[in-house]
Amino acid sequence: MSEVTVERWLKRAFWAAGIVFVAIGVVGWYDRLRFGHLDAAYGSIVPWGLWVAAYIFFIGLSAGSFLISSLVYVFGVKRFEPIGRIALFQALITLTLALLAIWVDLGHMGRAFNVYRYPNFSSPMAWMIWLYSAYFALLATELWFLLRRDLAAGAQGSGGRARLYRVLALGTKDTSFEAAEKDRKVVKVLATIGIPIAIMFHGGVGALFGVVSARPGWNSGLFPILFLLSALVSGGALLMLVAAIFQGGYRRNGDTIVALGRLVAGLLVLDVIFQISEYLIASYGEVPGHVEGLKLMFSGPYWWVFWGWQLALGTIIPLVILFSRRGRQPLWAAAAGGLIALGFIGVRLNIVIPALATEEIEGLTTAIVSSRISTDYFPSLMEWLVVVGIAGLGLLLFGLGESLLPVDRAAEQAGPADTAEVDHVRV
Amino acid sequence: MSAFTNTATADTPGVAVSLRSRRGRVRPGADGPSMDRRQFVDRLAAMGATGLAAVLASGGVGGAVLGATRPAAAEAVTTGQKYRYGMVIDTRRCVGCKACMAACKTENVTPPGVSYTVVVEEHNEQAFDRPLFMTKPCFHCSNPPCTKVCPVSATFKREQDGIVVVDYDRCIGCRYCITACPYGARYFDFGEHYPATEPGQALAELPSPEYGQYRVRREGASPVGNVRKCTFCMHLQDAEGRYSKEEGRWPACAKTCTGHAIHFGDLNDPDSEVSILLRERQAVRLKEELGTEPNVFYLL
Ligand code: SF4
Ligand code: SF4
Repeated sequence: MSEVTVERWLKRAFWAAGIVFVAIGVVGWYDRLRFGHLDAAYGSIVPWGLWVAAYIFFIGLSAGSFLISSLVYVFGVKRFEPIGRIALFQALITLTLALLAIWVDLGHMGRAFNVYRYPNFSSPMAWMIWLYSAYFALLATELWFLLRRDLAAGAQGSGGRARLYRVLALGTKDTSFEAAEKDRKVVKVLATIGIPIAIMFHGGVGALFGVVSARPGWNSGLFPILFLLSALVSGGALLMLVAAIFQGGYRRNGDTIVALGRLVAGLLVLDVIFQISEYLIASYGEVPGHVEGLKLMFSGPYWWVFWGWQLALGTIIPLVILFSRRGRQPLWAAAAGGLIALGFIGVRLNIVIPALATEEIEGLTTAIVSSRISTDYFPSLMEWLVVVGIAGLGLLLFGLGESLLPVDRAAEQAGPADTAEVDHVRV
Repeated sequence: MSAFTNTATADTPGVAVSLRSRRGRVRPGADGPSMDRRQFVDRLAAMGATGLAAVLASGGVGGAVLGATRPAAAEAVTTGQKYRYGMVIDTRRCVGCKACMAACKTENVTPPGVSYTVVVEEHNEQAFDRPLFMTKPCFHCSNPPCTKVCPVSATFKREQDGIVVVDYDRCIGCRYCITACPYGARYFDFGEHYPATEPGQALAELPSPEYGQYRVRREGASPVGNVRKCTFCMHLQDAEGRYSKEEGRWPACAKTCTGHAIHFGDLNDPDSEVSILLRERQAVRLKEELGTEPNVFYLL
């Protein structure tokens, strides 16, 4: 297979996946909107399930890719310059997906706005929503300044794309070098402000779980740190895969992918050490409520999520690839990145569910005969379909944005002249 | 793990101290804000600075202020806490008949999967020579972790009687409070029905007297999609916030208990049955180590 065909094949697979996912996701969304939570499998013992796991998965991707884009725009790391824009765009899309996932989880979706009307700032969840709003605005603004010059330049022609760019450029026309320099400064300021926000909200997601002293499996000071670390790992890993398909693909971004692979591998090792520390301390303590969750994770009915999905697929195999000679080949590295990102779905499931799936008072689940009062939880078909739909929407939004917006070039290459060239490369 | 494993007993300093120190002690936040502060907050809210008002309100007093201005708070008493309702449950008297569960279901018209009280069974041959039964409502903790985590202050502890309630119209159904309650006292209403309460059946139209709101369950409308919990049958209080055993205005579980195991009353009143029992018998509370300070005690 020639290189061009590999790339074309990857893109086709991407679009096909997006369309298929959305198509089957619609069924799940219909069910959810029509019948509420009736067809969801969680209950009052395990009140959070797949959707909350999906939410922390996506929000981690967002925080991670944002922080990596900041390496470029705040710290001027040249190595990652070619993927700076796509990283930022990925952060925006995954944030949207995270919000969708947590929104669909609400018992009353129509009341989501209550978090603005009646915020209770002693709740980490209220903090999260407010920080997300700030972050969303910041991401959108930063991305706009990053693209402004290209939008203004692209708006000068005729045709649909130019018209779209005219709208998106919001009336700015200045494509001079000075204006671009000014944009860059704004971007730097925004990206700098964004770093503490990203750390706060993602550390905060960890805290959202960490503060719950009723659930020993969550109640750990390590959680916020672990969340930040795993955000960087998962966000970076997904970025490797994305960079192999988009903005010129793995041939153009090869070196960047390999470099990112090294960073991700290092951080993943650190993440694993943190997790081992968490598990060992908990097992040694033998506090029943805590150990039960771990036992469930290691040897419960869904043991394979930990051993197969999270450990083998998401950690060991990709680490072996990245630390071997293959790690220097962009396609292999990108595949490893994809595996790590995928494996993190397992990590997220194992954070949310086992800690909940224990009786808080012994005998609770046998006192009432109800499937809602049970420690056993496996996501229902409807729950899966809803998540598949969200993921599919993400793929389509990302694909559309990537092909319509000038996200695919590093800032200094900008200019109307190379649009054609890049379009050509993209095939 | 036995439900009693991690609890202090009356002869350990834990309970004795907390019992004594609670009497007459003013718990921060329980006494409510001063009138001035409340008016200030209200005025802010009226000026449209709801966000700021809410921030002020949530500083230290949780949802109490906001709660006091809502109908669910039912005639908020502005003079601070009057009653501290609680239960003393005698496990020696409980025969495990589950009449309390049935009475609660009938009183509050709760759907499948929602039981404000449950009777759990304990078979621990080493500790007890007979099975131990324990009915478990919401403990209306003095320091409830469930209200603290609610992002919209939909669930809060009423300052006038210490009852932990849920404002169904504000609750967004995020279920964070379920994860935070260490006692499994909260239930999500999934919108399910018993065969006899399926839409179309006569019983489907039976309203629940909860919070004095008389809601009929409808698809997609509160309380479906909300978190629900025991209210100590708050709707049976009179305008002054008092219950009356003689008039039958008494929590359904306590009223129906065949073994007379459930004692209910005002823990602030030294002459109430519950206070007397706590003085005379050895009481424990569950998961004392979490600092939730439950207002439901168990006699062993
Ligand atoms: S028992 Fe649970 S629901 Fe009731 S007040 Fe305590 S923490 Fe809240
Ligand atoms: S489910 Fe309702 S009461 Fe519970 S934390 Fe969420 S909004 Fe508050």
